[in-house]
Amino acid sequence: MAPRGVVVVGAGQGGLDTVAALRAKGYGGPVTLVGEEPVLPYQRPPLSKGFLTGAVARGELTLRTESFFEAQDIALVSGDRAQHIEVERQRVRLASGGTLGYDKLVLATGSRPRTLPVPGMDLSGVLTLRTLADAEALRTLLDGPPRQVVVLGAGFVGLELASTARVLGHDVTVVEAQRRVLARALTPQMSQWLAERHAQQGVRLLLGQEVTALHGTAAGEVAVVRLRDGRRLPADLVVVGVGALPNTQLAAEAGLLVGDGVVVDRWLRTDDRSVYAIGDCARFPSTRLGRHIRLESVQNASDQARCVAAAICGESAPYTAVPWFWSEQYALRLQMAGLTAGHDETVTVGDPDGARFSVLCFREGRLTGVESMGRPADHGIARRLLSSDTGPSPAETRAPGFDLKSYAMKPSSTVPAPA
Amino acid sequence: MAKITYLHPNGTATVVDVQAPNTVMRGAKLHNIDGIEAQCGGSAQCGTCHVYVDEDSTVPLPPMDSVEDDVLYGTACPRRESSRLSCQLPVSEEIDGLVVRLPEAQS
Ligand SMILES: Cc1cc2nc3c(=O)[nH]c(=O)nc-3n(C[C@H](O)[C@H](O)[C@H](O)COP(=O)(O)OP(=O)(O)OC[C@H]3O[C@@H](n4cnc5c(N)ncnc54)[C@H](O)[C@@H]3O)c2cc1C
Ligand code: FES
Repeated sequence: MAPRGVVVVGAGQGGLDTVAALRAKGYGGPVTLVGEEPVLPYQRPPLSKGFLTGAVARGELTLRTESFFEAQDIALVSGDRAQHIEVERQRVRLASGGTLGYDKLVLATGSRPRTLPVPGMDLSGVLTLRTLADAEALRTLLDGPPRQVVVLGAGFVGLELASTARVLGHDVTVVEAQRRVLARALTPQMSQWLAERHAQQGVRLLLGQEVTALHGTAAGEVAVVRLRDGRRLPADLVVVGVGALPNTQLAAEAGLLVGDGVVVDRWLRTDDRSVYAIGDCARFPSTRLGRHIRLESVQNASDQARCVAAAICGESAPYTAVPWFWSEQYALRLQMAGLTAGHDETVTVGDPDGARFSVLCFREGRLTGVESMGRPADHGIARRLLSSDTGPSPAETRAPGFDLKSYAMKPSSTVPAPA
Repeated sequence: MAKITYLHPNGTATVVDVQAPNTVMRGAKLHNIDGIEAQCGGSAQCGTCHVYVDEDSTVPLPPMDSVEDDVLYGTACPRRESSRLSCQLPVSEEIDGLVVRLPEAQS
């Protein structure tokens, strides 16, 4: 029987990288990429950054042109949803009515913005930011005269958006339930430092505060954000950035194992051996943490895509990549490598006042993660150290004048030195 | 438009025409050249678009700024004199004939 090939559901970062890697590795069977968004696959990171300010043009978001898909013989189905998976018969039913048979199926359905269970979320002027369509709507609103913008949530998307709106001259308040910004993602040191920068830029940060309701005008436009302590914040634009939920409905209805993400093994296979899941929607075992985690980053979607494409081409290796992430706020460059959660010791190197420093995180004396502000060399070196499970001891890093660049270039270092 | 040659670690070459305003990185992505990952999409964050400019090349390239210089310290394959981030090399008639070598690994 002719091969039915590979079907990939979700034409975002992970989906696109999967089909591209399959062809780059020489996979010869049919390849189909199904995406519900009616546009060519695009990158999301600029949506909360340069795309809103105009620094990144629409065309630069597109990851590949139409001719790429033709040249690579990849069937791109845009503007259509995978509606149902029949795992026994190995086929996918589309919303448009068609069906696609598969030998291997890859779920790269991403995540969607979480909402808040408070009244008023459906008022006009209340937005979330996930898709290009969302960003276009937001850009129109931020393009005009100064507005009173309230951002709900001090996560990456919320803070990037706050900085962008501020740079564009709007009045910006951020409301966050936790006591610090990016509480789950950053060490208290970096979190505190970043909060101070936002304050210096004129962003009002209301931490440890909960929103209880949004109130609107008679015309149904948002006007006021009410907080638990009774405070009322005037607002004519509210952006909700309170995290994302994995898109698991398709997998759950197909009877696959889910639980805050489609559960996969070290090879990114679901409990059905013909189905893989990657990227924002997948919950995978982290060799570094010894438990299942879900990561929302380009690196994770992209590396998992390549891992699955390799597996489908017969070169199976478990997924072990070092996670990394970046964020841009104002002119600041924040980069993270490894995992900073669960550290028992940190050492700060560099110059926080000059916005060039790194926080090194250790657990039981071993380097587990590095946060860098304006220190791209530290970040790259940290990624190499973490992937080879080497690195300095906390005592070494506390020595006056220590820096990762010289450490990595030491002849005794196991990291390959730049020639 | 410029003709760019990407030399793979196994010795084979892919020669493609790339149009402005693309970069050498995007030229590789558009032609699905394995060996350029470019995870950050060209914002000089990731170092996974590392290339070695061919030693014999006389094509004029823009000088590197301090960010590119810094990012090149963290590439998966060793940095050399000829190392560049391909996302920081814009395509123009001037770089017609550029030859770059792809490293063994990007991440
Ligand atoms: C505003 C914003 C800024 C970000 N900034 C950064 C950053 O600076 N750095 C970083 O590393 N990461 C960043 N991220 C995160 C990063 O973009 C995601 O982690 C990454 O896109 C995940 O890739 P994915 O393939 O898992 O999902 P996505 O790229 O979200 O793609 C999933 C696609 O699947 C489609 N889909 C879902 N269900 C179906 C279905 N049933 N049928 C058909 N199609 C379906 C969706 O419409 C979507 O297009 C940002 C994200 C956002 C939203
Ligand atoms: S694409 Fe990331 S540094 Fe060039």
